[in-house]
Amino acid sequence: MIGRRFWAWVVFGLGAAYFLLPLLATFIFSMQMRRDRLTFDAYLSVFSDERFQSTFSYSLVCAVCAIIVGVAIVLPAAYFVRLRLQWLRPVMEFITLLPLIVPPIILVFGHIKLFNSSSILPLTNSTLGTDVLIVCGYVTLALPYMYRAIDTGLRTIDVQTLTEAATILGADPIRTMVQVIFPNIFVAVLSGAFLTFAIVIGEFVLASLLNRPAFGVYMQNVGANRAYEPSALAIISFALTWGAMGVIQLLDRFAPKTARQA
Amino acid sequence: MTHVSLTADKATGPVNTGPAVSIWRSIPIGAWLGVLPFIAFALMFLIVPTLFLVSSAFVDRAGNFTLQNIIDLGTEQVVNAFSISIRISAASAFFGALIGLAMALAIIRGRLPSAIRSTVMTFSGVASNFAGLPLAFAFIATLGRLGLVTVILKTVFGFDLYKSGFNLLSFVGLTLTYLYFQIPLMILIIAPAIDGLKKEWSEAASTLGASRLQFWLYIGLPVLWPNLLGTLSLLFANAFGAIATAYALTGSSLNIVPILLYAQIRGDVLHNPGLGAALALGMIAITAIANVLYIVVRTRAERWLK
Repeated sequence: MIGRRFWAWVVFGLGAAYFLLPLLATFIFSMQMRRDRLTFDAYLSVFSDERFQSTFSYSLVCAVCAIIVGVAIVLPAAYFVRLRLQWLRPVMEFITLLPLIVPPIILVFGHIKLFNSSSILPLTNSTLGTDVLIVCGYVTLALPYMYRAIDTGLRTIDVQTLTEAATILGADPIRTMVQVIFPNIFVAVLSGAFLTFAIVIGEFVLASLLNRPAFGVYMQNVGANRAYEPSALAIISFALTWGAMGVIQLLDRFAPKTARQA
Repeated sequence: MTHVSLTADKATGPVNTGPAVSIWRSIPIGAWLGVLPFIAFALMFLIVPTLFLVSSAFVDRAGNFTLQNIIDLGTEQVVNAFSISIRISAASAFFGALIGLAMALAIIRGRLPSAIRSTVMTFSGVASNFAGLPLAFAFIATLGRLGLVTVILKTVFGFDLYKSGFNLLSFVGLTLTYLYFQIPLMILIIAPAIDGLKKEWSEAASTLGASRLQFWLYIGLPVLWPNLLGTLSLLFANAFGAIATAYALTGSSLNIVPILLYAQIRGDVLHNPGLGAALALGMIAITAIANVLYIVVRTRAERWLK
Protein backbone atom coordinates (compact mmCIF):
# COMPACT_ATOMS: atom_id res chain seq x y z
CA MET A 1 0.00 0.00 0.00
CA ILE A 2 1.28 3.39 -0.95
CA GLY A 3 1.59 5.52 2.17
CA ARG A 4 -0.08 8.71 3.17
CA ARG A 5 3.23 10.50 2.95
CA PHE A 6 3.65 9.57 -0.70
CA TRP A 7 0.33 11.14 -1.67
CA ALA A 8 1.14 14.18 0.43
CA TRP A 9 4.34 14.64 -1.59
CA VAL A 10 2.44 14.19 -4.86
CA VAL A 11 -0.16 16.82 -3.94
CA PHE A 12 2.51 19.18 -2.68
CA GLY A 13 4.60 18.67 -5.81
CA LEU A 14 1.71 19.39 -8.16
CA GLY A 15 0.74 22.45 -6.16
CA ALA A 16 4.31 23.72 -6.12
CA ALA A 17 4.51 23.27 -9.89
CA TYR A 18 1.30 25.24 -10.46
CA PHE A 19 2.44 28.07 -8.23
CA LEU A 20 6.11 28.29 -9.15
CA LEU A 21 5.85 27.72 -12.90
CA PRO A 22 4.09 31.05 -13.68
CA LEU A 23 6.62 32.91 -11.52
CA LEU A 24 9.54 31.21 -13.21
CA ALA A 25 8.07 31.64 -16.68
CA THR A 26 7.29 35.30 -16.03
CA PHE A 27 10.80 35.90 -14.73
CA ILE A 28 12.44 34.26 -17.75
CA PHE A 29 10.02 36.01 -20.12
CA SER A 30 10.88 39.35 -18.54
CA MET A 31 14.56 38.82 -19.40
CA GLN A 32 14.01 38.02 -23.08
CA MET A 33 13.77 41.60 -24.30
CA ARG A 34 17.00 41.15 -26.24
CA ARG A 35 16.70 38.48 -28.88
CA ASP A 36 19.96 36.65 -28.31
CA ARG A 37 20.55 36.70 -24.57
CA LEU A 38 18.91 37.12 -21.19
CA THR A 39 19.13 40.65 -19.83
CA PHE A 40 17.46 42.85 -17.26
CA ASP A 41 16.71 45.44 -19.94
CA ALA A 42 12.95 45.19 -19.38
CA TYR A 43 13.49 46.17 -15.74
CA LEU A 44 15.80 49.01 -16.73
CA SER A 45 13.22 50.16 -19.22
CA VAL A 46 10.53 50.13 -16.51
CA PHE A 47 12.63 51.82 -13.85
CA SER A 48 13.87 54.53 -16.17
CA ASP A 49 10.34 55.25 -17.41
CA GLU A 50 9.39 58.65 -16.08
CA ARG A 51 5.74 57.57 -15.78
CA PHE A 52 6.74 54.61 -13.64
CA GLN A 53 8.40 56.93 -11.16
CA SER A 54 5.58 59.45 -11.08
CA THR A 55 2.73 56.91 -10.85
CA PHE A 56 4.55 54.82 -8.28
CA SER A 57 5.17 57.86 -6.08
CA TYR A 58 1.55 58.91 -6.52
CA SER A 59 0.32 55.51 -5.31
CA LEU A 60 2.88 55.53 -2.52
CA VAL A 61 1.62 58.91 -1.26
CA CYS A 62 -1.97 57.64 -1.53
CA ALA A 63 -1.02 54.56 0.51
CA VAL A 64 0.64 56.64 3.23
CA CYS A 65 -2.36 58.99 3.43
CA ALA A 66 -4.78 56.04 3.52
CA ILE A 67 -2.77 54.47 6.35
CA ILE A 68 -2.74 57.68 8.39
CA VAL A 69 -6.46 58.34 7.90
CA GLY A 70 -7.27 54.67 8.50
CA VAL A 71 -5.39 54.51 11.80
CA ALA A 72 -6.78 57.88 12.88
CA ILE A 73 -10.40 56.78 12.54
CA VAL A 74 -10.11 53.07 13.40
CA LEU A 75 -7.87 53.24 16.46
CA PRO A 76 -10.08 55.52 18.62
CA ALA A 77 -13.21 53.67 17.54
CA ALA A 78 -11.82 50.20 18.25
CA TYR A 79 -10.32 51.41 21.54
CA PHE A 80 -13.49 52.97 22.92
CA VAL A 81 -15.66 50.11 21.73
CA ARG A 82 -13.42 47.72 23.59
CA LEU A 83 -13.25 49.97 26.65
CA ARG A 84 -16.77 51.24 27.15
CA LEU A 85 -19.12 50.57 24.27
CA GLN A 86 -18.97 46.80 24.07
CA TRP A 87 -22.52 46.62 22.72
CA LEU A 88 -21.40 48.53 19.62
CA ARG A 89 -19.06 45.67 18.68
CA PRO A 90 -21.52 43.89 16.34
CA VAL A 91 -22.16 47.20 14.56
CA MET A 92 -18.42 47.71 14.07
CA GLU A 93 -17.99 44.16 12.83
CA PHE A 94 -20.83 44.66 10.37
CA ILE A 95 -19.52 47.97 9.05
CA THR A 96 -16.00 46.64 8.61
CA LEU A 97 -17.38 43.62 6.79
CA LEU A 98 -19.27 45.71 4.24
CA PRO A 99 -16.24 46.51 2.03
CA LEU A 100 -15.90 42.77 1.46
CA ILE A 101 -19.53 42.51 0.38
CA VAL A 102 -19.56 45.65 -1.75
CA PRO A 103 -17.02 45.13 -4.54
CA PRO A 104 -14.58 48.04 -5.17
CA ILE A 105 -16.13 48.82 -8.53
CA ILE A 106 -19.51 49.42 -6.89
CA LEU A 107 -17.95 51.50 -4.16
CA VAL A 108 -16.31 53.84 -6.65
CA PHE A 109 -19.50 53.91 -8.74
CA GLY A 110 -21.33 55.11 -5.65
CA HIS A 111 -18.62 57.69 -4.93
CA ILE A 112 -18.82 59.03 -8.49
CA LYS A 113 -22.61 59.32 -8.27
CA LEU A 114 -22.65 60.88 -4.81
CA PHE A 115 -19.72 63.29 -5.14
CA ASN A 116 -20.05 64.33 -8.78
CA SER A 117 -20.00 67.92 -9.98
CA SER A 118 -23.72 68.51 -9.41
CA SER A 119 -23.88 67.18 -5.84
CA ILE A 120 -23.73 68.95 -2.48
CA LEU A 121 -20.09 67.99 -1.98
CA PRO A 122 -18.60 68.03 -5.53
CA LEU A 123 -15.27 66.34 -4.74
CA THR A 124 -14.70 65.23 -8.32
CA ASN A 125 -14.66 68.86 -9.49
CA SER A 126 -11.06 69.48 -8.55
CA THR A 127 -7.89 67.42 -8.63
CA LEU A 128 -7.42 67.84 -4.91
CA GLY A 129 -11.01 66.78 -4.27
CA THR A 130 -10.58 63.67 -6.40
CA ASP A 131 -7.37 62.84 -4.56
CA VAL A 132 -9.21 63.17 -1.26
CA LEU A 133 -11.96 60.94 -2.63
CA ILE A 134 -9.54 58.25 -3.84
CA VAL A 135 -7.73 58.20 -0.49
CA CYS A 136 -11.07 57.82 1.30
CA GLY A 137 -11.92 55.02 -1.14
CA TYR A 138 -8.66 53.27 -0.28
CA VAL A 139 -9.30 53.70 3.44
CA THR A 140 -12.69 52.04 2.89
CA LEU A 141 -11.18 49.14 0.94
CA ALA A 142 -8.62 48.57 3.69
CA LEU A 143 -11.12 49.04 6.54
CA PRO A 144 -11.75 45.31 7.18
CA TYR A 145 -8.02 44.59 7.42
CA MET A 146 -7.13 47.69 9.42
CA TYR A 147 -9.94 47.11 11.92
CA ARG A 148 -9.13 43.45 12.42
CA ALA A 149 -5.41 44.15 12.83
CA ILE A 150 -6.00 46.87 15.43
CA ASP A 151 -8.75 44.95 17.23
CA THR A 152 -6.52 41.88 17.46
CA GLY A 153 -3.77 44.10 18.83
CA LEU A 154 -6.14 45.52 21.46
CA ARG A 155 -7.15 42.01 22.46
CA THR A 156 -3.56 41.11 23.33
CA ILE A 157 -3.17 43.97 25.83
CA ASP A 158 -5.15 44.71 28.94
CA VAL A 159 -6.89 47.84 27.69
CA GLN A 160 -8.91 48.45 30.85
CA THR A 161 -6.03 48.20 33.32
CA LEU A 162 -3.75 50.32 31.13
CA THR A 163 -6.45 52.96 30.82
CA GLU A 164 -7.15 52.97 34.54
CA ALA A 165 -3.44 53.29 35.29
CA ALA A 166 -3.02 56.14 32.81
CA THR A 167 -6.11 57.88 34.18
CA ILE A 168 -4.89 57.61 37.76
CA LEU A 169 -1.61 59.17 36.65
CA GLY A 170 -3.57 62.08 35.21
CA ALA A 171 -3.65 61.35 31.49
CA ASP A 172 -6.69 62.42 29.49
CA PRO A 173 -8.23 59.96 26.99
CA ILE A 174 -6.36 61.36 23.99
CA ARG A 175 -3.05 61.17 25.79
CA THR A 176 -3.86 57.66 26.99
CA MET A 177 -4.56 56.60 23.46
CA VAL A 178 -1.52 58.22 21.86
CA GLN A 179 1.08 57.57 24.56
CA VAL A 180 -0.10 54.35 26.21
CA ILE A 181 -2.35 52.32 23.92
CA PHE A 182 -0.74 53.16 20.57
CA PRO A 183 2.83 52.15 21.51
CA ASN A 184 1.50 48.92 22.99
CA ILE A 185 -0.26 47.86 19.79
CA PHE A 186 2.25 49.44 17.41
CA VAL A 187 3.10 46.09 15.85
CA ALA A 188 -0.57 45.39 15.10
CA VAL A 189 -0.99 48.87 13.62
CA LEU A 190 2.04 48.27 11.42
CA SER A 191 0.63 45.03 10.07
CA GLY A 192 -2.60 46.86 9.25
CA ALA A 193 -0.49 49.52 7.56
CA PHE A 194 1.37 47.04 5.37
CA LEU A 195 -1.86 45.33 4.36
CA THR A 196 -3.22 48.74 3.37
CA PHE A 197 -0.04 49.36 1.39
CA ALA A 198 -0.38 46.02 -0.42
CA ILE A 199 -3.99 46.85 -1.35
CA VAL A 200 -3.35 50.41 -2.50
CA ILE A 201 -0.11 50.12 -4.43
CA GLY A 202 -1.41 48.13 -7.41
CA GLU A 203 -5.06 49.14 -7.22
CA PHE A 204 -6.61 49.69 -10.62
CA VAL A 205 -10.39 50.15 -10.60
CA LEU A 206 -10.71 53.20 -8.33
CA ALA A 207 -7.79 55.02 -9.93
CA SER A 208 -8.95 54.22 -13.43
CA LEU A 209 -12.56 55.32 -12.93
CA LEU A 210 -11.53 58.46 -11.04
CA ASN A 211 -8.92 59.20 -13.74
CA ARG A 212 -5.98 59.50 -11.39
CA PRO A 213 -2.39 58.67 -12.48
CA ALA A 214 -1.87 55.73 -10.12
CA PHE A 215 0.54 52.83 -10.48
CA GLY A 216 -2.27 50.39 -11.34
CA VAL A 217 -3.41 52.51 -14.27
CA TYR A 218 0.18 52.73 -15.50
CA MET A 219 0.53 48.95 -15.27
CA GLN A 220 -2.65 48.47 -17.27
CA ASN A 221 -1.35 50.88 -19.88
CA VAL A 222 2.00 49.06 -20.15
CA GLY A 223 0.18 45.72 -20.26
CA ALA A 224 -1.86 46.82 -23.24
CA ASN A 225 1.04 48.29 -25.21
CA ARG A 226 4.27 46.49 -24.39
CA ALA A 227 5.54 42.91 -24.61
CA TYR A 228 8.23 42.37 -21.98
CA GLU A 229 7.74 45.20 -19.52
CA PRO A 230 4.49 43.73 -18.11
CA SER A 231 6.36 40.60 -16.97
CA ALA A 232 8.95 42.79 -15.32
CA LEU A 233 6.13 44.70 -13.59
CA ALA A 234 4.55 41.42 -12.48
CA ILE A 235 7.83 40.31 -10.90
CA ILE A 236 8.28 43.72 -9.25
CA SER A 237 4.72 43.57 -7.87
CA PHE A 238 5.22 40.06 -6.61
CA ALA A 239 8.40 41.14 -4.85
CA LEU A 240 6.52 44.11 -3.31
CA THR A 241 3.65 41.90 -2.11
CA TRP A 242 6.15 39.38 -0.78
CA GLY A 243 7.95 42.21 1.00
CA ALA A 244 4.78 43.56 2.62
CA MET A 245 3.57 40.12 3.70
CA GLY A 246 7.05 39.16 4.87
CA VAL A 247 7.22 42.23 7.07
CA ILE A 248 3.80 41.40 8.55
CA GLN A 249 4.88 37.85 9.39
CA LEU A 250 8.11 39.12 10.85
CA LEU A 251 6.21 41.66 12.97
CA ASP A 252 3.87 38.92 14.09
CA ARG A 253 6.82 36.93 15.35
CA PHE A 254 8.09 39.88 17.36
CA ALA A 255 4.68 40.91 18.65
CA PRO A 256 4.61 41.12 22.46
CA LYS A 257 3.12 37.84 23.57
CA THR A 258 3.88 38.34 27.26
CA ALA A 259 1.00 40.76 27.69
CA ARG A 260 -1.46 38.39 26.11
CA GLN A 261 -4.31 37.45 28.37
CA ALA A 262 -5.18 33.82 28.86
CA MET B 1 -4.94 60.00 45.16
CA THR B 2 -7.33 62.89 45.65
CA HIS B 3 -4.78 65.26 44.23
CA VAL B 4 -4.32 63.23 41.07
CA SER B 5 -8.00 62.83 40.41
CA LEU B 6 -8.51 66.56 40.90
CA THR B 7 -5.98 67.39 38.19
CA ALA B 8 -7.60 64.84 35.97
CA ASP B 9 -10.89 66.62 36.56
CA LYS B 10 -9.52 69.90 35.42
CA ALA B 11 -7.92 68.41 32.36
CA THR B 12 -10.76 66.42 30.89
CA GLY B 13 -14.07 67.35 32.39
CA PRO B 14 -16.85 64.86 32.96
CA VAL B 15 -15.14 61.79 31.52
CA ASN B 16 -12.66 61.30 34.34
CA THR B 17 -14.55 62.55 37.37
CA GLY B 18 -13.60 61.05 40.67
CA PRO B 19 -11.36 58.07 41.26
CA ALA B 20 -10.45 55.84 38.36
CA VAL B 21 -13.10 53.22 39.11
CA SER B 22 -15.94 55.57 38.31
CA ILE B 23 -14.88 56.05 34.68
CA TRP B 24 -16.88 52.89 34.04
CA ARG B 25 -20.04 54.51 35.39
CA SER B 26 -20.19 58.05 34.04
CA ILE B 27 -21.83 58.91 30.74
CA PRO B 28 -19.39 57.88 27.99
CA ILE B 29 -19.34 61.15 26.04
CA GLY B 30 -15.61 60.86 25.41
CA ALA B 31 -16.06 57.34 24.14
CA TRP B 32 -18.73 58.51 21.71
CA LEU B 33 -16.45 61.28 20.47
CA GLY B 34 -13.86 58.58 19.75
CA VAL B 35 -16.27 56.42 17.77
CA LEU B 36 -17.92 59.30 15.95
CA PRO B 37 -15.26 59.89 13.24
CA PHE B 38 -15.37 56.24 12.32
CA ILE B 39 -19.16 56.15 12.08
CA ALA B 40 -19.20 59.42 10.12
CA PHE B 41 -16.58 58.12 7.70
CA ALA B 42 -18.38 54.82 7.20
CA LEU B 43 -21.66 56.63 6.54
CA MET B 44 -20.14 59.12 4.16
CA PHE B 45 -17.88 56.90 2.06
CA LEU B 46 -19.39 53.45 2.43
CA ILE B 47 -23.01 53.25 3.45
CA VAL B 48 -24.58 56.37 1.91
CA PRO B 49 -22.83 56.00 -1.50
CA THR B 50 -23.89 52.36 -1.73
CA LEU B 51 -27.48 53.06 -0.69
CA PHE B 52 -27.63 56.06 -3.02
CA LEU B 53 -26.41 53.92 -5.90
CA VAL B 54 -28.82 51.12 -5.12
CA SER B 55 -31.74 53.53 -4.81
CA SER B 56 -30.96 55.09 -8.17
CA ALA B 57 -31.69 51.70 -9.69
CA PHE B 58 -35.35 52.41 -8.94
CA VAL B 59 -35.46 55.83 -10.59
CA ASP B 60 -36.02 56.53 -14.30
CA ARG B 61 -34.49 59.36 -16.32
CA ALA B 62 -37.30 61.73 -15.36
CA GLY B 63 -36.77 61.03 -11.65
CA ASN B 64 -39.87 58.92 -11.08
CA PHE B 65 -40.02 55.60 -9.27
CA THR B 66 -39.71 52.65 -11.62
CA LEU B 67 -39.02 48.94 -11.61
CA GLN B 68 -38.13 49.03 -15.30
CA ASN B 69 -34.35 48.95 -14.62
CA ILE B 70 -34.71 45.78 -12.59
CA ILE B 71 -36.84 44.25 -15.34
CA ASP B 72 -34.23 45.31 -17.90
CA LEU B 73 -31.68 43.16 -16.10
CA GLY B 74 -33.40 40.39 -18.03
CA THR B 75 -31.94 41.53 -21.36
CA GLU B 76 -29.70 39.02 -23.08
CA GLN B 77 -26.43 40.92 -22.64
CA VAL B 78 -26.91 41.31 -18.88
CA VAL B 79 -28.17 37.77 -18.31
CA ASN B 80 -25.18 36.42 -20.25
CA ALA B 81 -22.78 38.51 -18.19
CA PHE B 82 -24.26 37.28 -14.92
CA SER B 83 -24.26 33.70 -16.15
CA ILE B 84 -20.58 33.78 -17.19
CA SER B 85 -19.59 35.59 -13.98
CA ILE B 86 -21.44 33.10 -11.80
CA ARG B 87 -19.99 30.12 -13.64
CA ILE B 88 -16.41 31.42 -13.45
CA SER B 89 -16.77 32.32 -9.77
CA ALA B 90 -18.38 28.98 -8.96
CA ALA B 91 -15.79 26.97 -10.88
CA SER B 92 -12.81 28.83 -9.41
CA ALA B 93 -14.36 28.60 -5.92
CA PHE B 94 -15.10 24.88 -6.24
CA PHE B 95 -11.71 23.86 -7.63
CA GLY B 96 -9.93 26.35 -5.41
CA ALA B 97 -11.59 24.82 -2.35
CA LEU B 98 -10.96 21.25 -3.51
CA ILE B 99 -7.28 21.74 -4.39
CA GLY B 100 -6.71 24.02 -1.39
CA LEU B 101 -8.18 21.38 0.92
CA ALA B 102 -6.00 18.67 -0.63
CA MET B 103 -2.90 20.81 -0.20
CA ALA B 104 -3.78 21.81 3.34
CA LEU B 105 -4.35 18.15 4.25
CA ALA B 106 -1.06 17.21 2.60
CA ILE B 107 1.02 19.76 4.50
CA ILE B 108 -0.74 19.36 7.86
CA ARG B 109 -1.65 15.68 8.10
CA GLY B 110 0.64 14.21 5.42
CA ARG B 111 3.70 13.97 7.71
CA LEU B 112 5.71 16.30 5.48
CA PRO B 113 8.68 18.15 7.00
CA SER B 114 7.43 21.06 9.11
CA ALA B 115 9.55 23.51 7.11
CA ILE B 116 7.28 22.81 4.13
CA ARG B 117 4.21 23.73 6.11
CA SER B 118 5.51 27.12 7.17
CA THR B 119 6.81 27.82 3.66
CA VAL B 120 3.44 26.98 2.11
CA MET B 121 1.59 29.13 4.65
CA THR B 122 3.88 32.11 4.03
CA PHE B 123 3.61 31.67 0.28
CA SER B 124 -0.19 31.44 0.57
CA GLY B 125 -0.25 34.76 2.41
CA VAL B 126 1.60 36.34 -0.49
CA ALA B 127 -0.18 34.56 -3.36
CA SER B 128 -3.66 35.26 -1.97
CA ASN B 129 -2.76 38.95 -2.17
CA PHE B 130 -1.13 38.61 -5.57
CA ALA B 131 -4.11 39.41 -7.75
CA GLY B 132 -5.12 42.09 -10.17
CA LEU B 133 -3.03 43.17 -13.14
CA PRO B 134 0.32 41.55 -12.26
CA LEU B 135 -1.35 38.14 -12.00
CA ALA B 136 -2.77 38.57 -15.49
CA PHE B 137 0.67 39.57 -16.80
CA ALA B 138 2.23 36.50 -15.21
CA PHE B 139 -0.26 34.16 -16.83
CA ILE B 140 0.07 35.85 -20.22
CA ALA B 141 3.84 35.34 -19.98
CA THR B 142 3.26 31.69 -19.05
CA LEU B 143 0.26 30.42 -20.98
CA GLY B 144 -0.48 33.21 -23.44
CA ARG B 145 -0.04 32.63 -27.17
CA LEU B 146 3.65 33.52 -26.86
CA GLY B 147 3.96 32.45 -23.23
CA LEU B 148 6.95 30.44 -22.14
CA VAL B 149 5.07 27.21 -21.39
CA THR B 150 3.10 27.45 -24.65
CA VAL B 151 6.30 27.93 -26.63
CA ILE B 152 8.19 25.14 -24.87
CA LEU B 153 5.30 22.73 -25.37
CA LYS B 154 5.31 23.57 -29.06
CA THR B 155 9.03 23.53 -29.80
CA VAL B 156 10.18 20.77 -27.45
CA PHE B 157 7.18 18.47 -27.27
CA GLY B 158 5.51 19.39 -30.56
CA PHE B 159 2.23 20.03 -28.78
CA ASP B 160 0.26 23.08 -29.87
CA LEU B 161 -1.72 24.16 -26.81
CA TYR B 162 -3.85 26.68 -28.68
CA LYS B 163 -4.67 24.29 -31.54
CA SER B 164 -5.89 21.81 -28.94
CA GLY B 165 -8.62 24.26 -28.01
CA PHE B 166 -7.06 26.00 -25.00
CA ASN B 167 -7.31 29.76 -24.79
CA LEU B 168 -6.13 31.84 -21.87
CA LEU B 169 -8.72 34.50 -22.69
CA SER B 170 -11.63 32.17 -22.09
CA PHE B 171 -13.69 30.60 -19.34
CA VAL B 172 -11.06 27.89 -18.66
CA GLY B 173 -8.16 30.34 -18.88
CA LEU B 174 -9.72 32.83 -16.51
CA THR B 175 -10.68 30.10 -14.03
CA LEU B 176 -7.14 28.72 -14.14
CA THR B 177 -5.79 32.22 -13.45
CA TYR B 178 -8.23 32.89 -10.59
CA LEU B 179 -7.13 29.64 -8.92
CA TYR B 180 -3.79 31.31 -8.31
CA PHE B 181 -5.34 33.41 -5.52
CA GLN B 182 -8.26 31.12 -4.66
CA ILE B 183 -6.21 28.06 -3.66
CA PRO B 184 -3.93 29.99 -1.25
CA LEU B 185 -6.94 31.72 0.31
CA MET B 186 -8.54 28.31 0.89
CA ILE B 187 -5.33 27.00 2.47
CA LEU B 188 -5.13 30.02 4.79
CA ILE B 189 -8.74 29.68 5.94
CA ILE B 190 -9.05 25.90 6.19
CA ALA B 191 -5.67 25.19 7.86
CA PRO B 192 -6.82 26.22 11.36
CA ALA B 193 -9.93 24.05 10.94
CA ILE B 194 -7.82 21.03 10.02
CA ASP B 195 -5.60 21.77 13.00
CA GLY B 196 -8.80 21.63 15.04
CA LEU B 197 -9.37 17.99 14.15
CA LYS B 198 -8.03 16.52 17.34
CA LYS B 199 -5.56 13.69 17.27
CA GLU B 200 -7.67 11.91 19.89
CA TRP B 201 -10.56 11.66 17.46
CA SER B 202 -8.65 9.67 14.86
CA GLU B 203 -7.04 7.60 17.65
CA ALA B 204 -10.42 6.86 19.19
CA ALA B 205 -11.83 6.00 15.77
CA SER B 206 -9.02 3.59 14.94
CA THR B 207 -9.22 2.02 18.42
CA LEU B 208 -12.87 1.32 17.70
CA GLY B 209 -11.83 -0.33 14.44
CA ALA B 210 -12.60 2.42 11.94
CA SER B 211 -10.60 2.60 8.74
CA ARG B 212 -9.13 5.88 7.55
CA LEU B 213 -11.89 6.19 4.99
CA GLN B 214 -14.51 5.71 7.71
CA PHE B 215 -12.79 8.30 9.87
CA TRP B 216 -13.03 10.90 7.11
CA LEU B 217 -16.57 9.94 6.12
CA TYR B 218 -18.05 9.94 9.61
CA ILE B 219 -15.84 12.32 11.61
CA GLY B 220 -13.44 14.40 9.55
CA LEU B 221 -15.71 15.65 6.79
CA PRO B 222 -18.80 16.26 8.97
CA VAL B 223 -16.69 18.43 11.27
CA LEU B 224 -15.00 20.29 8.40
CA TRP B 225 -18.17 20.49 6.33
CA PRO B 226 -19.53 23.83 7.60
CA ASN B 227 -16.08 25.35 7.18
CA LEU B 228 -15.78 24.02 3.65
CA LEU B 229 -19.19 25.35 2.70
CA GLY B 230 -18.48 28.71 4.29
CA THR B 231 -15.12 29.10 2.62
CA LEU B 232 -16.67 28.11 -0.68
CA SER B 233 -19.07 31.05 -0.51
CA LEU B 234 -16.25 33.40 0.48
CA LEU B 235 -14.15 32.25 -2.48
CA PHE B 236 -17.17 32.73 -4.72
CA ALA B 237 -17.67 36.33 -3.59
CA ASN B 238 -13.94 36.92 -3.91
CA ALA B 239 -13.94 35.91 -7.58
CA PHE B 240 -17.26 37.58 -8.37
CA GLY B 241 -16.10 41.09 -7.47
CA ALA B 242 -12.67 40.74 -9.11
CA ILE B 243 -12.17 42.80 -12.22
CA ALA B 244 -8.56 43.89 -12.75
CA THR B 245 -7.23 40.41 -13.60
CA ALA B 246 -10.02 39.71 -16.07
CA TYR B 247 -9.75 43.17 -17.60
CA ALA B 248 -6.00 42.88 -18.15
CA LEU B 249 -6.35 39.35 -19.55
CA THR B 250 -9.26 39.82 -21.88
CA GLY B 251 -9.72 43.54 -22.31
CA SER B 252 -13.44 43.84 -22.74
CA SER B 253 -13.82 40.72 -24.90
CA LEU B 254 -15.10 38.54 -22.05
CA ASN B 255 -18.51 39.67 -20.99
CA ILE B 256 -18.47 39.33 -17.18
CA VAL B 257 -20.52 41.54 -14.85
CA PRO B 258 -17.71 43.68 -13.35
CA ILE B 259 -16.30 44.40 -16.81
CA LEU B 260 -19.74 45.25 -18.15
CA LEU B 261 -20.25 47.59 -15.20
CA TYR B 262 -16.80 49.11 -15.75
CA ALA B 263 -17.65 49.83 -19.38
CA GLN B 264 -21.01 51.21 -18.29
CA ILE B 265 -19.44 53.64 -15.81
CA ARG B 266 -16.87 54.78 -18.37
CA GLY B 267 -19.16 55.24 -21.32
CA ASP B 268 -22.75 54.22 -20.61
CA VAL B 269 -22.57 51.23 -22.99
CA LEU B 270 -26.01 50.10 -21.86
CA HIS B 271 -27.42 53.52 -22.80
CA ASN B 272 -29.28 53.69 -19.51
CA PRO B 273 -27.68 54.99 -16.28
CA GLY B 274 -30.42 53.36 -14.23
CA LEU B 275 -29.56 49.96 -15.66
CA GLY B 276 -25.96 50.46 -14.50
CA ALA B 277 -27.24 51.00 -10.98
CA ALA B 278 -29.46 47.93 -11.29
CA LEU B 279 -26.39 45.96 -12.38
CA ALA B 280 -24.61 47.13 -9.23
CA LEU B 281 -27.62 46.11 -7.15
CA GLY B 282 -27.49 42.64 -8.69
CA MET B 283 -23.80 42.30 -7.90
CA ILE B 284 -24.27 43.40 -4.29
CA ALA B 285 -27.18 40.97 -3.88
CA ILE B 286 -25.07 38.04 -5.06
CA THR B 287 -21.94 38.84 -3.02
CA ALA B 288 -24.12 39.61 0.01
CA ILE B 289 -25.85 36.23 -0.17
CA ALA B 290 -22.48 34.49 -0.50
CA ASN B 291 -21.02 36.40 2.45
CA VAL B 292 -24.03 35.97 4.71
CA LEU B 293 -23.86 32.25 4.01
CA TYR B 294 -20.20 32.33 5.00
CA ILE B 295 -20.86 34.10 8.30
CA VAL B 296 -23.82 31.92 9.27
CA VAL B 297 -21.98 28.72 8.45
CA ARG B 298 -18.80 29.92 10.11
CA THR B 299 -20.44 30.68 13.45
CA ARG B 300 -21.91 27.19 13.38
CA ALA B 301 -18.54 25.68 12.54
CA GLU B 302 -16.73 27.45 15.35
CA ARG B 303 -18.69 25.51 17.94
CA TRP B 304 -16.68 22.41 17.06
CA LEU B 305 -13.30 23.98 16.89
CA LYS B 306 -12.90 25.51 20.32
